[in-house]
Amino acid sequence: MDIHEYQAKKILAGFGVTVPRGGIVYSPENAENKARELGGSKWVVKAQIHSGARGKAGGIIVCNSELEVAQATDKLLGKKLVTNQTGPEGKIVNRVYIEEATDIKKELYLGLVFDRSSESIMVVASTEGGMSVEEISKQKPETIIRSKIEVAVGMQQFQAREIAFGLGIEPKLISRMAEAITGCYRAFSELDATMVEVNPLVISNQEQILALDCKMSFDNNALFRRNQISELRDKSQENASEVYASDRGLNYVSLDGNIGNIINGAGLAMASMDMIKLAGGEPANFLDVGGGATPEKIVKAFKLISMDKKVKVILVNIFAGINRCDWIAEGIVQALQKIEIKVPLVIRLAGTNVEKGNQILKESKINYIEANTLEDAANKAVKALGK
Amino acid sequence: MSVLIDKSSKILIQGFTGKMGTFHAEEMIKYGSNVVGGVTPGKGGSKHLNLPVFNTVKEAVETTGASASILFVPPAFAADSAMEAADAGIKTCVAIVDGIPSHDMIRIKRYMRRYSRVQKMTLIGPNCAGVISPGKAMLGIMPGHIYKEGKVGIIGRSGTLGYEAAQQMKNLGIGVSTSVGIGGDPINGSSFKDILEKFEEDKETDAVLMIGEIGGPQEVAAGKFAKENMKKPVIAYIAGLTAPKGRVMGHAGAIVSAYGESAVEKVELLQECGVTISKNPSVMGETVKSVLEKK
Repeated sequence: MDIHEYQAKKILAGFGVTVPRGGIVYSPENAENKARELGGSKWVVKAQIHSGARGKAGGIIVCNSELEVAQATDKLLGKKLVTNQTGPEGKIVNRVYIEEATDIKKELYLGLVFDRSSESIMVVASTEGGMSVEEISKQKPETIIRSKIEVAVGMQQFQAREIAFGLGIEPKLISRMAEAITGCYRAFSELDATMVEVNPLVISNQEQILALDCKMSFDNNALFRRNQISELRDKSQENASEVYASDRGLNYVSLDGNIGNIINGAGLAMASMDMIKLAGGEPANFLDVGGGATPEKIVKAFKLISMDKKVKVILVNIFAGINRCDWIAEGIVQALQKIEIKVPLVIRLAGTNVEKGNQILKESKINYIEANTLEDAANKAVKALGK
Repeated sequence: MSVLIDKSSKILIQGFTGKMGTFHAEEMIKYGSNVVGGVTPGKGGSKHLNLPVFNTVKEAVETTGASASILFVPPAFAADSAMEAADAGIKTCVAIVDGIPSHDMIRIKRYMRRYSRVQKMTLIGPNCAGVISPGKAMLGIMPGHIYKEGKVGIIGRSGTLGYEAAQQMKNLGIGVSTSVGIGGDPINGSSFKDILEKFEEDKETDAVLMIGEIGGPQEVAAGKFAKENMKKPVIAYIAGLTAPKGRVMGHAGAIVSAYGESAVEKVELLQECGVTISKNPSVMGETVKSVLEKK
């Protein structure tokens, strides 16, 4: 789960990391008052969307008067921002963050992620803040410092110091920098995060060390014990169909093609999508109804796919294990009684009681194309597209 | 032989008296697995499915001599149960449960470092279908009847895609020595490489089929291991050619975030290691067959 910049900064501040003063606003009037409250003569107005690279997309505006702050806020609120991370549909700005401007002396990069090879937390830092980590590793790979932190004992002071020295910080600022790095590490490890990225982490002209921007993601599997984090979820930043699916226990990812899929198991779903591609088609989605698919899940899945206007053919591929094909077939028949499907439907059942399942489908008089193997199903789905 | 479990393996069900535990214990017993009892804290001393229930794994192991266990406990308690099993001397533990936090998985693995290689429990999963040695024993939730007894090992992340492979092989008359589901999570108990090692040592396994997917370094690490240490042929299929970068595809671990983690890159790197690639998921069985014929 992703959260907004202002939420992430509030969390970091709780772990002793200094962040610029600021506040969230929902209207231009709000914004003007907030700027006045913060004081000073220069502010940054920042669109809050779940994406990086907002600056290039016009989502970050530097203002020199309270009036400008109000105008910038007015311009951003309700707007869809398209960045290189949001996809062409963009993300809507419902909240704007007003922050005091910082006099930047030096911009650094600091990121923390899980390292899957060593199964530890990896800290990545660089002197080239402000660029994305991908750009840094392409253009200035020699500036990247990596440090693996042993999770069982946590980050040691010397490790934070080593990173700080590696960044070429002047000696008098080292301990403050080490504190900021340790604070980020503690936020990561104590809140079940999967990613904490401070970019840039800056040294100001006043020699403060500040997190100027921050992105955080959390482990969905751990949200049950992180109530304060789950409350930060902003569904307006997620794909509407994906929210609909996740609320109903379905694993769904919207894609660009036109063959809709209903499949049980993530691996089989990816494999079926691969077969569609090989057969010359493009999948409209990834949809895993769960290894032990139930008729109820099948009904929900049909409802979800029927909402997608791109879909020109539906492919159902269920390998029944502990569940049975006859049971699944009944679920499909029920679904089609409730939901009108106007596009061709290809169904492939396999596994336990497959003959019985296929018989139920045949006798139900639903309009469908039967397929026997994975390959057969993909070929028939692509062929049905042409009709 | 076979790997991890056989006919004589004495099995405990952790989370025995719950709905899932009960259902799958019955299925395992029907298949012929030697289930000797279960653990549900607070219900010790009672009987369930005519088998003894214990309060702690330690007590259960002391009384029954069990060496394997399978977890049907909710994700929030799974890490604790796995560590309890390791401490009680269980040798093979399968965690079926989907939804264990990554930080908990790391905690289990760090906890297990206290044991020597000989003493250490093999944890399979989480978020997997478990282990089956066809005709011998099942420590999992798979449909046993789709597996034919034979000499090919299977290691896979996905449950249903593993079933697909087993059925394709069965249709071609090819059987399985053991099939191991290592699960779809980013941090798992055993990796592809860990299980390849066991198959290489197993006298009843002639070849191994790896069913991988996008995300993480494990498939490629296994390929390198096969190149340097294995005499038996390895066949692989990698799912997710069409998966977009940076999106989680159902399995928490199925996300491309670094070089070498996409399906195309994994296939190239595995080919360099001498692994035979099944070009698409509908020819996994045929690819295994052609490799066996060349042997």
